[in-house]
Amino acid sequence: MSESWPQWEIFVRSEAGLAHKHVGSLHAADARMALENARDLYTRRNEGVSIWVVESTDVHAIDPSEAEAFFEPSQDKQYRHPTFYHVPDGVKHL
Amino acid sequence: MYTQMSDGIDGNPNAADEREGAFNARLDRAVKIESPDWMPEAYRKTLLRQISQHAHSEIVGMLPEGNWITRAPSLQRKAILLAKVQDEAGHGLYLYSAAETLGTPRDEMVAALHSGKAKYSSIFNYPTLAWADVGAIGWLVDGAAIINQIPITRCSYGPYARAMVRICKEESFHQRQGFDIMWTLAHGTPEQHAMAQDALDRWWWPAVMMFGPPDSESVHNEQSLRWKIKLFTNDELRQKFVDQVVPQSERLGLKIPDPDLRWNEATQHYEIGQVDWDEFYRVIRGDGPCNRERLQARIDAWDEGTWVRDAAAEYARKHAARSVA
Repeated sequence: MSESWPQWEIFVRSEAGLAHKHVGSLHAADARMALENARDLYTRRNEGVSIWVVESTDVHAIDPSEAEAFFEPSQDKQYRHPTFYHVPDGVKHL
Repeated sequence: MYTQMSDGIDGNPNAADEREGAFNARLDRAVKIESPDWMPEAYRKTLLRQISQHAHSEIVGMLPEGNWITRAPSLQRKAILLAKVQDEAGHGLYLYSAAETLGTPRDEMVAALHSGKAKYSSIFNYPTLAWADVGAIGWLVDGAAIINQIPITRCSYGPYARAMVRICKEESFHQRQGFDIMWTLAHGTPEQHAMAQDALDRWWWPAVMMFGPPDSESVHNEQSLRWKIKLFTNDELRQKFVDQVVPQSERLGLKIPDPDLRWNEATQHYEIGQVDWDEFYRVIRGDGPCNRERLQARIDAWDEGTWVRDAAAEYARKHAARSVA
C-alpha cells in the first residue's frame, strides 16, 4: 500500500460576519488540494464563503483529564457576571 | 489530532472502574462523549465497527446507482443522479472522518473493507436492472436510511452525531428525487408503470431487511441502546418505515409485494408478512447477487488510483521542498 495523505481539519465560514467553524476533517496531499476537497465535501450546497484548512497534527488541545483543573480558576468568580450584583428597586438602565 | 486515551491507568486497577463509572454517569446526564475523552474499549470498538461500516455502505452504495449515470433518461435526471452519487461519496467521507476520531487510520478501515473483514449494508448487493431501480432506491433505500439515521443525530458520540446531522439534511433530497422518479413512471405508459412496480417488487423486502435482524435475534441491540449509540430497536424503526411507505405506495398506485400486509386498527400500525431472514443472512455472509462484483469494484478503484495518490504526494513533497529553498 502506498503512503497515505496527511489529515486536515476543516473550518468553514458560512457567511460574512460569522467566525469559521470546525466542520470535520479530510485527507489531501497538500493545502491547495485540502481546500478544493473541502469545497467539494463541505460546501456542496452554498454552506460557505471561506474555508480554512489546518493540518491535524498542528492542532493542540488540552487533555480531557486535566480539564477540570484547567478551567477551575473561573468557577468561583461569580462577581464577573452582572447577576452577582443587587440592583435596588426603582433603579433603571443598569 | 485525536489520540486515543489508553484504557485504565498503570498500577491502579480501580482507576478503570472509576472512569467507567464517570463515563456511565456522563451518558446518564446526556452529555456527549468527544473524541479525546476516556471511553470503555468496548464502546470504542462498537462505535468504530458501526461508523466505519456505515461509511463503507455509503461508498459501496455509489455502485448500484452509478450504474445508471450514463443511461439516465434525460440530462436533468443525469445531473440529479450525479449530484446524488456525489453526496453518497460525501457521506462516506463524513463518516470516515468521524470514525478516525476513534484513533484508527482511514487506510486501516479501507483495508478491512477490501479484505472482507468489515461489512457494509446488505442492500447494496442487489442489482439495479432498470432505470426504475434508481427511483426505488431513492424512495425506499434512502427512505429507510433516513429513519435509521435521524435518531443517530442524538447519539452519545459527538463526532458521529454531527456527521449524521449533515447526512440527514442531504438524504431528504435523495428520497424525494427517488419518489419523483417513481411518480413519473407510475403515471407514465403502462410499460413504465410496470417497470416501477417491478422495481418495488424487487426492492421492497431488501429495504425491509435494512433495519437488521428482528429484536429477538439482534446481538448488538441491548448494549448499544444502553450506550445511546442506538436509540430505537431494529423492529421499532422497521415499523416506522412500513407505516410511512405503505400510504406512499398507495398514492403511487403501486402494490407492496406482500399478501399478508394489513392495517391493524387496534395498534394503528401496518403488519407485514414473514421476512425471509435466511436471505438476509445469506447476503450478509457474501452470497447475495452482487457481493463479489461490488467488492471487486472497490478494490479495483483503490488499486487503479494508487498511482494518482502517489503522484499527488510526490508533487506535494517537491513543491514543499521548492518553497523552502
